[in-house]
Amino acid sequence: MRGRPMLYTRYESDQALLNTGTKKVMMGLFIVLLVLIPFGVVPGLTFLSQPDWMRLLSTVCIFAVGALGLNILTGLAGQVSLGHAFFMGLGAYTAAWFGVEPGPLSGLGLPMWVWLPLAGLVPAIVGVLIGPVAVRVRGLYLAFVTLGLVFIGEYIFRNWVYATGGPDSGRTFPSLEWKIWKEETPLVDFQSDGVWFGVEIIEEAKTYFLMLLLLVIFVLLAKNIQRTRVGRAFQSIRDRDIAAEIMGVNEVQYKLVAFGLSSFYAGIAGALLATFIGRTIPERWNLFLSVQFIAIILIGGAGVVSGVILGSVFVTVLPRLVQDFSSWLADYVSEGEGAFVWLADLFISTGSGDFGLVNTLPGVGPGLSVFQFNQVLYGLLIILFLIFEPLGLYGIWLRIRNYWKGWPFTY
Amino acid sequence: MPGGKRPKSGGIKLSGKLLRRNSERWGPENYDHLLEVKDIHLSFKGVKAIDDVSFHVDDGELFAIIGPNGAGKTSLFNSINQVYHPQEGDILWKGESLMGLKPNVTAERGLARTFQNIALYPHMTVLENILTGRHVRMDSGWLAGSIWWGKAKREEMANREVVEGIIDFLEIEQWRKYPVGLLPYGVQKRVELGRALAMDPELLMLDEPVAGMNLEETEDMARFILDVQDELDIAIILVEHDMGLVMDIADRVLVVDFGKPIAVGPPAEVQANPNVIKAYLGEEVEAG
Repeated sequence: MRGRPMLYTRYESDQALLNTGTKKVMMGLFIVLLVLIPFGVVPGLTFLSQPDWMRLLSTVCIFAVGALGLNILTGLAGQVSLGHAFFMGLGAYTAAWFGVEPGPLSGLGLPMWVWLPLAGLVPAIVGVLIGPVAVRVRGLYLAFVTLGLVFIGEYIFRNWVYATGGPDSGRTFPSLEWKIWKEETPLVDFQSDGVWFGVEIIEEAKTYFLMLLLLVIFVLLAKNIQRTRVGRAFQSIRDRDIAAEIMGVNEVQYKLVAFGLSSFYAGIAGALLATFIGRTIPERWNLFLSVQFIAIILIGGAGVVSGVILGSVFVTVLPRLVQDFSSWLADYVSEGEGAFVWLADLFISTGSGDFGLVNTLPGVGPGLSVFQFNQVLYGLLIILFLIFEPLGLYGIWLRIRNYWKGWPFTY
Repeated sequence: MPGGKRPKSGGIKLSGKLLRRNSERWGPENYDHLLEVKDIHLSFKGVKAIDDVSFHVDDGELFAIIGPNGAGKTSLFNSINQVYHPQEGDILWKGESLMGLKPNVTAERGLARTFQNIALYPHMTVLENILTGRHVRMDSGWLAGSIWWGKAKREEMANREVVEGIIDFLEIEQWRKYPVGLLPYGVQKRVELGRALAMDPELLMLDEPVAGMNLEETEDMARFILDVQDELDIAIILVEHDMGLVMDIADRVLVVDFGKPIAVGPPAEVQANPNVIKAYLGEEVEAG
């Protein structure tokens, strides 16, 4: 596509992921921005280069990878699944089994390029094996079957102490480092401060770059699956399953493929989350984690990759914002000055005698903890988005974009 | 217009060569009839939907099935597609039985259809909808697709070209990138025809293609149907209530009533059949 009148001369350029000049420029700038963030040189966003915000951004990337997986199953193929947490746990413990140095718990001490793909493959295989049960039911029934999966998984994780460390202490996971084989010093260590290309870089920023790179790879794979034959088959099953079959789509086969791919993504995300946190207990892979992923794709926009990423940012950063906001409110109330203290006081509970919706001192007095309040918020947001904006944040973005496309005209 | 000359179409010709690219025809070279339905019975519990219906369709023929509402016309389509499984009888496709196959296998063997109540994928664009029709003529899997490289990419591009040919033929260029759910009814009907054509079928089953359309839209659709039959040499089974259309374009007509066949033959012959008149208009009551 060059010169006026800006026509496509090949189908390839029309089908490209970034098929207009504007998209190419914007995406380029966005990537540059993401790369510059850890160095604290972006005006207005310097706070993001703080270690705690860097960790939060890494978490966003990890959650986005997991949500991309659920998006393939739920957003594209239309199969609601609450079992995502189970596959994430499976991926995490597979990573531990292959990646951790031999010790009292399972561990083979293999490098990252072995344990990371396996952390995806093992859940994918399990997903395809469980699939035949799951593809027989649809809708609400499927949600219940996969709900059972989470509880069975949690039971197994709690009791298989050799693999998971049990519910008391949990276990450690492989460290994020790039080794060729089992040598002493890794080529790249993502979990210690160091110098890259002559620039000093903190541990958290290194991890962030790794997660960002992995996210970009998985976004590309997901986008490509979505725009080719298999992705269209998924979407046709979602929209009209019987018509899809009459049009030649083997429903059972493609649902199984969707289960497998989704579990692969989940496993990778689980392994990354566990290694990122370092030590975790089996209860981490519980229903709440699954619900968080449902929240991500519903709030972000089901079936749209950019929506899923928006959703991941939203759902992951929300607790932090609530936390900061509550402590800011608590300070505001304790200072006791200003016109809206009474309003803030209604919202926040600061002591045993003080009533409020959110309690900044857990265990003291009435009110929800920040964590509980977040859960309520997720639920509320899912309901609101389902009713008012089924396309999620992506839908809101579409509306803003279309408004400015036509501006100053109304259409 | 049997026997007479058909009106020349002004639209763009869809070349069979383009449509048939990369397609392999299923089945034997020689057979008695393209499709042969033999004495099929289909009942749901006590309700007899199809009762002893037989007919056959030959290559390149435009065969119409008519009958009052609830006569079992759509059930016939569903039986041929193996969505329903008739309890008795046999359905032969190029001499081999379709009975017991899965619906997607019938699609692979060259049967395509449209639906009475449009069954497009509303959240996908026109382009994607028609591309799903190419599903049976493509073979790259998820692994090849996920890296968008080499054969999978070439296959996507080649099939995009086929789909563009269909879009030109059906004159829906301006809707190409719209989600189908947003389009007007008449356009959706065309897209559905396009999706069926994209399968490069040997038999096209059209379930009420002009239901709810005005005269102009009906004439457009009739033109597309005739072009498909003439230019692409695809046999067609047409279920339709618009008698004017059926009598004008069908080569042979089957009339069913309450699941039973009551007449089959050329349009003029069927129109004169007293049983058909009885089924449609009821019996004359002797004035006492």
